[in-house]
Amino acid sequence: MPAAPRSGRYSVFAIAREALRHHSGWTRAWADPAPRDRYKVIVVGAGGHGLATAYYLGKNFGITDVAVIEKGWLGGGNTGRNTTIIRSNYLQDPSAAIYEKSRSLYETLSQDLNYNIMFSPRGLIMLAQTEHEIRGYKRTVYANNLQGVSTEWLDPQQLKAKVPILNLDGPRYPVLGGLYQARGGTARHDAVAWGYARACSDMGMHIIQNCEVTGVRTEGGQVRGVTTSKGEIGCDKLAIVVAGHSSQLAEMAGFRLPIESVALQALVSEPIKPCMDVVVMANTVHGYLSQSDKGEMVIGGGTDGFNNFTQRGSWQHVEETVRALIETFPMLSRLKMLRQWGGIVDMTGDRSPILSTTPVGGIFVNCGWGTGGFKAIPGSGWAMAELVAKGTPGPLAEGFGLNRFREGRFIDESVAAGVAH
Amino acid sequence: MLTLTCPCCGIRAEETELHPGGEAHLVRIGPEGDDAAFESYLFARRNVKGVHFERWRHAYGCGKWFLAARCTATLQVFGTYSAQTTHPPAEIVDAIRAARPDWTPDWTSDWTTP
Ligand SMILES: Cc1cc2nc3c(=O)[nH]c(=O)nc-3n(C[C@H](O)[C@H](O)[C@H](O)COP(=O)(O)OP(=O)(O)OC[C@H]3O[C@@H](n4cnc5c(N)ncnc54)[C@H](O)[C@@H]3O)c2cc1C
Ligand SMILES: [Zn+2]
Repeated sequence: MPAAPRSGRYSVFAIAREALRHHSGWTRAWADPAPRDRYKVIVVGAGGHGLATAYYLGKNFGITDVAVIEKGWLGGGNTGRNTTIIRSNYLQDPSAAIYEKSRSLYETLSQDLNYNIMFSPRGLIMLAQTEHEIRGYKRTVYANNLQGVSTEWLDPQQLKAKVPILNLDGPRYPVLGGLYQARGGTARHDAVAWGYARACSDMGMHIIQNCEVTGVRTEGGQVRGVTTSKGEIGCDKLAIVVAGHSSQLAEMAGFRLPIESVALQALVSEPIKPCMDVVVMANTVHGYLSQSDKGEMVIGGGTDGFNNFTQRGSWQHVEETVRALIETFPMLSRLKMLRQWGGIVDMTGDRSPILSTTPVGGIFVNCGWGTGGFKAIPGSGWAMAELVAKGTPGPLAEGFGLNRFREGRFIDESVAAGVAH
Repeated sequence: MLTLTCPCCGIRAEETELHPGGEAHLVRIGPEGDDAAFESYLFARRNVKGVHFERWRHAYGCGKWFLAARCTATLQVFGTYSAQTTHPPAEIVDAIRAARPDWTPDWTSDWTTP
């Protein structure tokens, strides 16, 4: 195997050196190889989860004979379309474990990848706007503290001090308090995909873009390879990590998943001066908000209710989200919105992900992250790499197998979060 | 915005009047069903990218359930029909075939045969 071109280490010295030679020495961050005939592991989907899976296969298990196959461009799916909220204040123990592992990996990810992913643990607030939410979030705070996830309850005055643009009085939904996770925040979504891609390429892995998987070849209940728009590629193990298209890949392999695909939208305003330095989620009214480094207010809402693969959501949901948010953030009503877009998210019944073996030997799935998987990218990749390398789940993935649906052993986060971003 | 004509009251309803109810024509398992059949009935959705049969309720209208045939890849609606049927009626099948000549109905596999 010819050595892949290394991208060189990024550092302040590299910037100074390049500044002196008109930035002529930067090389490609990742290679653009033609596919080989076979790989030990093929990962389908170069979103954050697929790339992180490949990265930890190499880093934690020394498996670098890996191809990540992507039908479009890497990070062009939900990974490049989300509102980048990172938190780990989930209710159930298995969720808290994997999301907190993920959040803690984010803390040092820029150093680990030698790529600035702009992790910004600016703090995250979930507003309680009904009596039920007060009880629900207080319960989550108690659970989190037992799980070793640091969260606390704030009263309305403490919230107003942190978020001066907040209107506490309602009238429809007054702010009654909130759950606060000081080490929650945001990161640059594209950079997470790019950083993992560069690190994978540096380890000699192949990232093959513009290559759609159209079939899965099996023999005697065992995976043999995939059919793609660039030909047949063989593999010993196959990891399906394609979010909204998980049902389609599963169908190619001959099984079904408890997944439905729906559109989720987001929008950003024109850039304004800094006015809010935390992330605020208002789950009762299905709206959440942060301010980007450029000054845009980044706004997300709830999903559409019907199956959809068009990456386009219904206008009425944008209207609902904005209508709800301007009650709690009146200053938003003066802002022009610049862009609006959608992604196709993979929803499970209990709103928890699936990291699992499948009915076909050698095929593993990682999906069901739905509306909230950006925050989970490092932890999910970590757990998925272990599952693929060993063939059985480690402690982080254990609870998230497909068998939980048959056994009625749900990890119910739908009641706990309402909105799960 | 999605608009569907409610076959119960004849009103052309827009999305805000309607409540989606997921995949249609699921066959409820009987007392003889095993764990796998029950799991499949509850969770294993087709989640088709293409022609999809689904349940809707005219929630802010007549309040009744009905069924629709829709393409999830283009949002084209082929038609709506009564919920009191085990498979799509002939005129819906014809409407789908007219728009998607390569589409074939597959209700011999796990839908009850007419
Ligand atoms: C509007 C919006 C807002 C969101 N906000 C948040 C948030 O604030 N916080 C949070 O934690 N999460 C959020 N999410 C969820 C998060 O974006 C996703 O859970 C996460 O990005 C999923 O990553 P992934 O790698 O699994 O999928 P993706 O990034 O979608 O990657 C899957 C890849 O598979 C490829 N693929 C599909 N089919 C094939 C095929 N046949 N052959 C080859 N490749 C294929 C696709 O092209 C795609 O690139 C949001 C999502 C959306 C849409
Ligand atoms: Zn009606």
